[in-house]
Amino acid sequence: MKKRRILYLLVTILSLAMVLTGCGTDQQNAGEEKLKVGFVYIGTAGEPGYTYAHEQGRLYAQEKLGDKVEFIIQENVSDTDDSCVAVMQSMIEQGCKMIFTNSYGYMDYTYDMAQEYPDVVFLHCSGSRSSENMLNYFGRIYQARYLSGIVAGMKTETNKIGYVAAHPIPEVIRGINAFTLGVRSVNPDATVEVVWTSTWYDPSLEKAAAVSLLDKGCDVIAQHQDTTGPQIAASERGKWCIGYNCDTAEIVPDSFLTAPIWNWGPYYADQIQKVLDGTWKSENYWGGMEDGVVALAPLTKNAPEGAQEKVNEMAEKIASGEFKVFEGPLKDQNGEIKVPEGTVMTDEELLSFNWLVEGVIATLPEN
Amino acid sequence: MIPFLKNAVISGTPLTFAILGAMYNEKAGNLNLGIEGMMLLGAVAGFQVAILTENPILALLAAMIFGALGALIYAFLTVTLRTNQSVTGLALTIFGTGLSRFWGKRLMGTVLPESFSRNFRPVSLPFLSKIPVLGPVFSVFLEQDLFVYLSYLIVILSGIYLYYTRFGLNLRAVGENTAAADASGINVTLYKYVHILIGGALCGLGGAYLSLVYVPSWQDNITSGRGWIAIALVIFTSWSPYRAFWGAFLFGGLDIVGFRIQTLNLPISLNQHFLRMLPYIATILVIIVGAIRKSTSHMPPGNLGNPYFREER
Repeated sequence: MKKRRILYLLVTILSLAMVLTGCGTDQQNAGEEKLKVGFVYIGTAGEPGYTYAHEQGRLYAQEKLGDKVEFIIQENVSDTDDSCVAVMQSMIEQGCKMIFTNSYGYMDYTYDMAQEYPDVVFLHCSGSRSSENMLNYFGRIYQARYLSGIVAGMKTETNKIGYVAAHPIPEVIRGINAFTLGVRSVNPDATVEVVWTSTWYDPSLEKAAAVSLLDKGCDVIAQHQDTTGPQIAASERGKWCIGYNCDTAEIVPDSFLTAPIWNWGPYYADQIQKVLDGTWKSENYWGGMEDGVVALAPLTKNAPEGAQEKVNEMAEKIASGEFKVFEGPLKDQNGEIKVPEGTVMTDEELLSFNWLVEGVIATLPEN
Repeated sequence: MIPFLKNAVISGTPLTFAILGAMYNEKAGNLNLGIEGMMLLGAVAGFQVAILTENPILALLAAMIFGALGALIYAFLTVTLRTNQSVTGLALTIFGTGLSRFWGKRLMGTVLPESFSRNFRPVSLPFLSKIPVLGPVFSVFLEQDLFVYLSYLIVILSGIYLYYTRFGLNLRAVGENTAAADASGINVTLYKYVHILIGGALCGLGGAYLSLVYVPSWQDNITSGRGWIAIALVIFTSWSPYRAFWGAFLFGGLDIVGFRIQTLNLPISLNQHFLRMLPYIATILVIIVGAIRKSTSHMPPGNLGNPYFREER
């Protein structure tokens, strides 16, 4: 009995000692006044995909800003329930003054957190809500998708291009439409066949979806999801593929044409710098090729001849504003004119896109 | 139609292994909810060894060993320590998911070398597909890769083992009435351990099919819930290895049929979420029908889910 009491005493003393030394280091850190920045990620930072692209942006900012900033990252946070709230709270408790959340589903939770913590700055990707201390940011990836459509349109021999689409929401529909317009700008006979998977991330299912398109005679496969499943399907059949998010040429070297990619680095570094300087303002951001936040990955050896020149030409026109992807005349699937000649779709219309352009073969499922 | 059916076999193959794995557990009287975890352990271990050695046999062995190691934890807890089977199984799933994620982190984005993937290209049995009329039907099942043929082999061997050998009879006795089996001199603990481990090894193979052949690259949570579907399908296929194969074929097909319907450009649209709900609806229906009919051949092993205490007879 006595022995046990001594043991308890020892344990208590030791744990007290730990707690006290812990306090000591905390106070030391507080003296240096680093800006702590939190990143809440939907996926895994190490795997080429959507979150990976964000992580590359964060790494760029880290390199640029050096030891003025400290980062806290949390990967694989679900966006279909409120688990991101606990993550954000813990980040704030650890001293974060700036938090990035990178998935659509975080939007309302981020907004509520912004109301609750007015002295913390929130940046939410791909949403539509903002406040004094919360902004939403995204990129016009559809511009890069248009360019990738040009490559696909020049490459296809069967004039059938497959598109593995995720959920039927405006962001995905916009991508399909931009891609199809790109395809038909160089190859008016080609059609784009769409299969919906209703997933963002399911490697085997998305591969199976691509296989069903290949079985139908498609010889180029494009995609919206965050896995390489569709690309591997194309490569196994000796056909061609267009990726998404980042350059995955190394994974399917004999089949990869190009990919619309993200380049978040400069934007992230700029926003963090603004918080450091105290000049940050809640300004929503939807950047395009002119900022370099979206781009097309370098064309590989598999790309058709002359495609790089054509892509460069159009990329310049898009960046300079001379060419707009969604400029009339645009027809829908039934051949009816939806956007008359000389009219350019507004950002509002783009953000609520709910019809498919001529050349797309698909039915829109209910979301 | 033929390409669709061929792909249904492929898409059903991980399910076949997982259903058989779950079945062996349940035949021994243990309800194992850790199928998903063991599949993920097998998937990541198989992939790691495939990258290191480029040897398909070693990769499959590694998948089986790690699936079985997961099962060993489960067996030790539920058989020796007699813990609650459902809770232990859930813990195994959570553990397997976590470990595969941790381990898989450094495997992200790596691709299997061509020299490895070559071993799992479809191999057709040429004389069979030449037969008129039946040829295309044979080609659905017999123009597949070696891993798929392995699943056929295990289905047939399992059928023989369970219904035509003394070991199989003893195993079924352990699951049906553990006390009676014990009284008749069967080493219950040994039988439970061996078959839980075999089940784990099969689940590991199911996971490895996903990471080595079906996907084939390492991606987080590569099984995407197939382990759970397998647990439902064991009931649907009422603990028979042959029905397990057809059940896997059916639901493998259902998994991809949505895309095929979409490519037909019909005016209707089938909701993908609805299709993914079907295995569970089918399972509930089978349980209801089984409960009403009370047919002995479609009932679960009598002692399923109960820990066995010899002293409590």
